[in-house]
Amino acid sequence: MSRGRGSILARLIFLGPGLIMLTLLAVVPMLLMLSTMFFQRGRFGGVIYEFTTANFSRLFQPLYLNVIQDSLVVAGVVTVLALLIGYPTAYAIALLPSKWKTIALLAVMLPFWTNFLIRMYAWTILLSGPGLVNETLTGIGLIDQPLELLYNRGTVVVGLLYGYLSLMILPIYSAVERLDPRLREASANLGASPVRTFFSVTLPLTLPSALIGAVLVFVPSFGNFVVPEILGGGKAIMIGNLIRDQFLKARDWPFGATIALVMILVTVVLLLAQAVVSRRTRSA
Amino acid sequence: MPRKTSRLTFLPLWLVYVFFYVPIAVVVFMSFNAGDSPYSFEGFSLDWYGKLAGSATILEGLGNTLIVAVGTCLISTVVGTLLAVGLARHTRSKVLEAVATLPAILPELMLAIGLLIFYTAVNFTLGLTSILLAHLTFGIPLVAVVVRVRLASMDTSLEEASTDLGASPLQTFFRITLPGLAPGIAAGALLAFTFSLDEFVLAFFSAGPTDPTLPIVIYSMVRFGVTPDINALATILLTISVVAVLAVQRMTRLTESLK
Repeated sequence: MSRGRGSILARLIFLGPGLIMLTLLAVVPMLLMLSTMFFQRGRFGGVIYEFTTANFSRLFQPLYLNVIQDSLVVAGVVTVLALLIGYPTAYAIALLPSKWKTIALLAVMLPFWTNFLIRMYAWTILLSGPGLVNETLTGIGLIDQPLELLYNRGTVVVGLLYGYLSLMILPIYSAVERLDPRLREASANLGASPVRTFFSVTLPLTLPSALIGAVLVFVPSFGNFVVPEILGGGKAIMIGNLIRDQFLKARDWPFGATIALVMILVTVVLLLAQAVVSRRTRSA
Repeated sequence: MPRKTSRLTFLPLWLVYVFFYVPIAVVVFMSFNAGDSPYSFEGFSLDWYGKLAGSATILEGLGNTLIVAVGTCLISTVVGTLLAVGLARHTRSKVLEAVATLPAILPELMLAIGLLIFYTAVNFTLGLTSILLAHLTFGIPLVAVVVRVRLASMDTSLEEASTDLGASPLQTFFRITLPGLAPGIAAGALLAFTFSLDEFVLAFFSAGPTDPTLPIVIYSMVRFGVTPDINALATILLTISVVAVLAVQRMTRLTESLK
């Protein structure tokens, strides 16, 4: 049975249900959302299909631009931290003997498959006034008074890092694992120090995967509305909160969809950047 | 030259595990607390688990979640498996491939608001069905990906022999392909179930006013600060996820696919 030869009937049976469902439930809604930006709001939510460009000019008000900028900064900080923590972690896992490797990887995957809300809630117990972190710090005499650890931008960064760090570690691990060990040996035999070998061989070859990790961490961090609410206490709102509020509180769906356009553009730009770097690495 | 790796190399790994598991461990530990304080442990008890069983809101949320998760799991498994075989054996189209993977890489919030606009445009009443449909957008690609990993590692010569001997594509599928795929399908089904069980954003936007799923109930509880009654529920949900992921690992060697 060669690829692409199957009968029309076979294609219809195998591909039909899935593609029809995904087209109806994902492609059509996305197109609908993109078109919604050009229409007017209904009074109680919904959309009145009359053309307007007012949504776009409204987006450039300082109120919204500030939140977008804050969200870019927060997601950027989370991504850089995830990279700095995730890279050495992934590297260490790749050095483990294979039996331990499996366990180490599972331990990285597990948090990602557990309930996100519950993982964020766990931090409210840890970081609150009488929580474990303050207790420990006062216990060892580092501070006298409990610190205000909850409900600020730093808490949001910690929460997002906690939520998505696994997504940075796994692709980098995968790249380090695939790395041909002979390349590093050759570099060492030619007299390069381990540090030099890392920066001129290992790092460039694993960079595309690290960037995949960066996209996987940045995109959901940027659009998150749960973490700013639970751990930010509503004081450090992000673009996801704006979109959520336009849909569920202000009931201005077309404007909500317009804000969402920023998220789509950011996602597309990041994916393109990753593709460019990955192509350059492959051709080098 | 292979050099001896310094112990310091593994330090980041240990720190990351502390970071990952201390918060979870605290929740699990406190779920067995005899006292009411969310911060100090006053002895072992199962009171919080008892209280869960008596909470109408949580039981209702749990019921709704199970309906949605079982539905998502069943439909995603059948449709996702067919899709995986179709994409691997019956087409080469890059466009079809993109349609099948797009929903899984879109930010969840985008998909959620797109679906809300779509449901309203076609006058579809929001409720458990709309949540289930929303979960299919991730469940189907998820099963398809897991099954394809298995499919890629399978020897095609048996399928070719079956076709050469005159079997129809469906006969080949049921007698040859399907039995070989079984572990991958079971793993995909478990992941789809676990995903649906824990999914919040899509459910939040697709839910009607009267039928919240468990994550929606949890959200309304935790957004106003520390609520110790959630620890027991959290522990149960964490246990389900851990068991599911370990089962998936046994069936498909999940971690091997990263190599």
